[in-house]
Amino acid sequence: MLAASCCDRRMCVCPGPRRIAIPVRSSRLPLFSDAMPAPTQLFPLIRNCEIGRIYSTVCHCHHKHLCCLSPHLAHNHLRCTPQKKLAALCCPKENFNPFIHTRSYVSTPQRFYLTPPQVNSILKANEYSFKVPEFDGKNVSSVLGFDSNQLPANAPIEDRRSAATCLQTRGMLLGVFDGHAGCACAQAVSERLFYYIAVSLLPHETLLEIENAVESGRALLPILQWHKHPNDYFSKEASKLYFNSLRTYWQELIDLNSGETTDVKEALINAFKRLDNDISLEAQVGDPNSFLNYLVLRVAFSGATACVAHIDGVDLHVANTGDSRAMLGVQEEDGSWSAVSLSCDHNAQNENEIERIKLEHPKSEEKSLVKQDRLLGLLMPFRAFGDVKFKWSIELQKRVIESGPDQLNDNEYTKFIPPNYHTPPYLTAEPEVIHHRLRPQDKFLVLATDGLWETMHRQDVVRIVGEYLTGVHHQQPIAVGGYKVTLGQMHGLLTERRARISSVFEDQNAATHLIRHAVGNNEFGTVDHERLSKMLSLPEELARMYRDDITIIVVQFNSHVVGACQNEEF
Amino acid sequence: MFLRLLSDVRWWTVRPRWKSTSSFRHTTTSSAESSTISLPAQAQVVICGGGIMGTSVAYHLSKLGWKDIILLEQGRYRLAAGSTRFCAGIVSTVRHLSIELKMADYSNKLYQQLEQETGIKTGIGYMKTGSISLAQTQDRLISLKRIASRLRYSVMGIPCEILAPKQVSQLHPLINIHDLVGAMWVPEDAVVSSADVSLALANAASQNGTGVQIHERTSVSHVMVQKGCVTGVETDRGQIKCQYFVNCAGQVQWAYELGLSNEEPVSIPLHACEHFYLLTRPLKKPLESNTPSAAIVDPDGRIYIRSWQGGILSGGFEKNPKPLFTEGRNQLEIQNLHEDWDHFGIEPLLSSLLRRMPGLEALEIMQLVNCPESFTPDMRCVMGESPTVQGYFVLAGMNSAGTSFGGGAGKYRYLAEWMVNGCPSENVWPLDLKRFGALQSSRTFLRHRVMEVMRTALIYDLKVPRWDFQTGRQLRTSPLYDRLDAQGARWMEKHGFERPKYFVPPGKGVDLLALDQSKTFYKPDWFDIVGSEVKCCKEAVCVIDMSSFTKFEISVQSTGDQALEVLQYLFSNDLDVPVGHIVHTGMLNEEGGYENDCSIARVNKRRYSFFMISPTDQQIHCWAWLKKHMPNDSNLLLEDVTWKYTGIALNLIGPRAVDVLSELSYAPMTPEHFPSLFCKVQEMSVGYANGIRVMSMTHTGEPGFMLYIPIEVQYALHVYNELMSVGQKYGIRNAGYYALRSLRIEKFFAFWGQDLDTFTTPLECGREFRVKLDKVQGTDFIGRDALMQQKQEGVCKRFTMFILEDHDTDLDLWPWWGEPIYRNGLYVGKTTSSAYSYTLERHVCLGFVQHFDEETREALVVTPDFINRGEYEIDIAGQRFQAKAKLYPFSSVFTHRRRKDEMELSVVCKSRV
Repeated sequence: MLAASCCDRRMCVCPGPRRIAIPVRSSRLPLFSDAMPAPTQLFPLIRNCEIGRIYSTVCHCHHKHLCCLSPHLAHNHLRCTPQKKLAALCCPKENFNPFIHTRSYVSTPQRFYLTPPQVNSILKANEYSFKVPEFDGKNVSSVLGFDSNQLPANAPIEDRRSAATCLQTRGMLLGVFDGHAGCACAQAVSERLFYYIAVSLLPHETLLEIENAVESGRALLPILQWHKHPNDYFSKEASKLYFNSLRTYWQELIDLNSGETTDVKEALINAFKRLDNDISLEAQVGDPNSFLNYLVLRVAFSGATACVAHIDGVDLHVANTGDSRAMLGVQEEDGSWSAVSLSCDHNAQNENEIERIKLEHPKSEEKSLVKQDRLLGLLMPFRAFGDVKFKWSIELQKRVIESGPDQLNDNEYTKFIPPNYHTPPYLTAEPEVIHHRLRPQDKFLVLATDGLWETMHRQDVVRIVGEYLTGVHHQQPIAVGGYKVTLGQMHGLLTERRARISSVFEDQNAATHLIRHAVGNNEFGTVDHERLSKMLSLPEELARMYRDDITIIVVQFNSHVVGACQNEEF
Repeated sequence: MFLRLLSDVRWWTVRPRWKSTSSFRHTTTSSAESSTISLPAQAQVVICGGGIMGTSVAYHLSKLGWKDIILLEQGRYRLAAGSTRFCAGIVSTVRHLSIELKMADYSNKLYQQLEQETGIKTGIGYMKTGSISLAQTQDRLISLKRIASRLRYSVMGIPCEILAPKQVSQLHPLINIHDLVGAMWVPEDAVVSSADVSLALANAASQNGTGVQIHERTSVSHVMVQKGCVTGVETDRGQIKCQYFVNCAGQVQWAYELGLSNEEPVSIPLHACEHFYLLTRPLKKPLESNTPSAAIVDPDGRIYIRSWQGGILSGGFEKNPKPLFTEGRNQLEIQNLHEDWDHFGIEPLLSSLLRRMPGLEALEIMQLVNCPESFTPDMRCVMGESPTVQGYFVLAGMNSAGTSFGGGAGKYRYLAEWMVNGCPSENVWPLDLKRFGALQSSRTFLRHRVMEVMRTALIYDLKVPRWDFQTGRQLRTSPLYDRLDAQGARWMEKHGFERPKYFVPPGKGVDLLALDQSKTFYKPDWFDIVGSEVKCCKEAVCVIDMSSFTKFEISVQSTGDQALEVLQYLFSNDLDVPVGHIVHTGMLNEEGGYENDCSIARVNKRRYSFFMISPTDQQIHCWAWLKKHMPNDSNLLLEDVTWKYTGIALNLIGPRAVDVLSELSYAPMTPEHFPSLFCKVQEMSVGYANGIRVMSMTHTGEPGFMLYIPIEVQYALHVYNELMSVGQKYGIRNAGYYALRSLRIEKFFAFWGQDLDTFTTPLECGREFRVKLDKVQGTDFIGRDALMQQKQEGVCKRFTMFILEDHDTDLDLWPWWGEPIYRNGLYVGKTTSSAYSYTLERHVCLGFVQHFDEETREALVVTPDFINRGEYEIDIAGQRFQAKAKLYPFSSVFTHRRRKDEMELSVVCKSRV
């Protein structure tokens, strides 16, 4: 395979010199324009098959959107949030003209627009809603329910989402996971993390009971009740492996038996760290089954951020690793909405993170630790699951790769060692946990991957969801009353209200509604169908250049229950 | 004046303080305080509803000399509390129907004179501002031109002008003229404050001779009826005995509800919708004050605009109107309706306004008024006496005409005259309550239809020829409906009945004949289709489903000459004919005018038994007329058998009809055996079906038969199938009403409701032969004296047929009806119907020619000589076409004319000689 420039949005793994080396670039031209068989071989692999993904990471053209983005931006009036953080990586424009040329080879330029029903069917393909059932006023949850949805930009999507109710303890878990360098890690984390958290939260007796059940082959107590969209899948092949790791974990917990009641914050941190540790170990140990062996390696060598909320009564914990966000929607007394952040982004914009990393490594590395707003000049999130390239020693990496399957060995990305790699680990999965006591004015929580946050300001996000949930379509009728309103002003006002109403009426799901705004908003903050349609008609290969995968969970709180809980306690 | 304006402002803005202002108001209404006075025990007339309608009826009744009148208003605050109070108050004569035009014109003049006449300082805010109707499309302009040609040259001679867009901006500088193709300017139109008109009328009424008492805060719960006559009303404050009851209870739903509250329900088909209009504060830079700015009607933009106290008042008709009171919450206070800005904004009213007058952007809003308006199923108001209860009069359902086109008090003049004289002074049939049947009173029907009426309220004014409503359809269908529909029938509705217009041949497809395509002022796309149907009627044979015609059976219980006497008295022609004969006859009123035009067949040997066929929309009217004029003790039995023969009535038209029918019935059908205008005494069998009533009559003048198949035997489909299969070798095909219409118009056949009305006598339409002035028994009949007199003096109008000479069917606008007729350059009348004659290959218009004295405008006698010696022109939307006038049909052209029609014709010829 040829070594082409490869600049992932999160991770640029191309060796420095090559990234700008013209010879390399010209060497790619024959691949696309002359050697037609190559792309035809390549693209099906990339699109359809996870193996193809790793195997051809080097040529992941649709990954390196920013490199190819600038010429397109010049031609296109579509909005794209400027991504300063990657601007430096953009290559000189002239190099790209041939590339654009070949691009049109792959997909003919699309001039048609999607109709509103088509747009809706795309937007609603992944939407999911869950309403917490009511039990005659007993055991009434502080969560009314949640809406979730995701819109892919990568093919396949690298985001994952999970939602589950803890059955052996109280509380509900919700999380969004943003994968990079493939979706394997995000997939694994979305399947496993909640079990680790649930187990961490379980009291000693329950753990013993479970262990005994497993030991004697009895039926296991169910730990989690999942709320899954049909598109959210679990890998069957790895379940045994995953189960064994989990069992080891709870056995250790039983042995440790501190006797103290489990602190949620601590449990969350332990679970995150333990899972990441297990991912790492499984990759080092390997598996006799070659498929599983390859799987665990892919999981370990790809990465994922996680933002998980645990809601139990009025106690809301958000554990965050990476750059997804949890945002609380608060309705002020005057009815307006304000956003309260319940997570910190772990990236170069967070000074505390830079500080933390610098403290963890010798002063000699200070300059090379963060380059171009990326960890070691490569990785955007400063905390993540997987990504053993930033965690293992060079020797360990080399050993694992050499003994690993051929696919892994052939992969330029996995073989490539980050520059200035002296004192690993550089990366951790340890989350930052924020605890918040819910108040009646806290109406909802938005968990979303950075695909949303880079297109919309948090304040807008909260306002749109707030107005949606409280039913803008039941908006107060306008009354002129004693105010001085001109016909022109009224006309403007009515036009705006109409636009809002029409977009609200289309959605039954708050997350869908938010995605509609994130993708289709025009400069006035209203959904522009034409823009929406254009954005959604982009071919798979182009979509990633204009937007990231977006995954959103909107959890709605039950203010009455929250208020009642509060009163009980005081 | 300033004070008045101020008080008006308070009216609009300070709702809760109405009570205080109302006391101020009350002082102006002498009898308004009477709410504390107890109700009188009886009166001649009780009028329910103190809006503009009620007060106007009271005013006109008192003017006509009636004294004992009580006006009841349920409103808590004062008179004119219903939609009258919220009227926009534009008085415009821009109307299509001549009766509406006359009423609007009368209103305009009445308002103008009201002050002088009553001697009261009315302050009704009358301003002769003129009105400008804008056209954004060519079709709209044609429509306006048609009105203009009618207005300008009608008897009343209302001045009006068609303007170019540039002239519009000179008249009204604020108007954006970029998207206009033209406009119509009617300088005499005016604006008023309709609430004040109503108060002024009430004042005037109570002064007219102090006969009118007004009682507020009194609501009528129901009307007491005995033996089909009004005896009194029950109110929340006691009973009042009365002879007449007038339901003016609202342009809003109340009239409907009140009608239903009767023991004998009076169905008043109307439904309310919310109607919005906007009031603004005064313009910063007022328009030139010496010329008050004209009222603007922008039908394409669905809005109207008038100046209002320095600012503007603008309302309109939404695409998605909000129906009200469907569930009949009739007590809802109108005042509780909310302003709905979103509705006003979403419906394109506000944007329309700003587009029309962009300069208004900075104008400050005062209020958005939501007032209910009532609409009727056909966009015309309802008035007249109830067909079921004598003495129960109705006046309601102004379709916002009460608002946007005028206080329209003129309407009530007609009602007042109707009550006093027993008949109105003009032809009000288009507005008569009896044009509706009970089936048009279902709430759902009304709700749906009314939404369409409102949606098309102004669009409808386009009056594109051959308009059909889309909602509330398929109420009554013949058993062949599905069958015909499958064969490409396109449908129209009459009196709730679906009738085929024409049949789209297979393969012609949907592309042709899309709904909008047919709606043109020029040659319609069905031209060739109807042409081939007509050709088939002339050369082969066609079958038309005519189930909708009204059918009555009149039978005499016992043999007795008295019964026949009654019938001879009711009908103008001689009914004492042998069994099996069909008689064309009119039912005339005292003045000799046609109350109905029908065909009667004597069907039974032993006793007098008659089968009567009338136009579809006569069902209610004719029934009521017969009931009213039949002596109570007569042993005549009247039965409506329309439903019975909706089994189907098939009209078999064409020269080969004889062959088809004789083949099917094994009976000779040739003219020798079965001459025209006869009815088979024995009910015949057709195919396997028997009991079928066959008449040799086609309603078109073509040879053929009518087959009446009773519904109880389910033969309809069988007979139809047999006809079609046997007729195949004779070239049989389906035909629709458009073909029928073309045939009957080229034959100079007048139709009641289109050409004939209650003010047309048989002598005026050349139908002397259908009147027997000296019947055998020497008995009198209704209208005989009037006819005798008219025969002596001569007629003042004459039904005439015109053949357009220089009209290009492909390129020129088509005539329709209502086009002015010119004789030697002078206006002499209007057309009543017209059609393209495929035989003559010319347009044929039918209409009445009058002879006006050039100075006095008095109507003079019209002689055949006068008709024959004129040079005629027909004005179609301002363009005049030469026309040839004829008083008798072309007999020579139609070679198939034989049989009894000929006999008739010879009678006519003799009488002419």
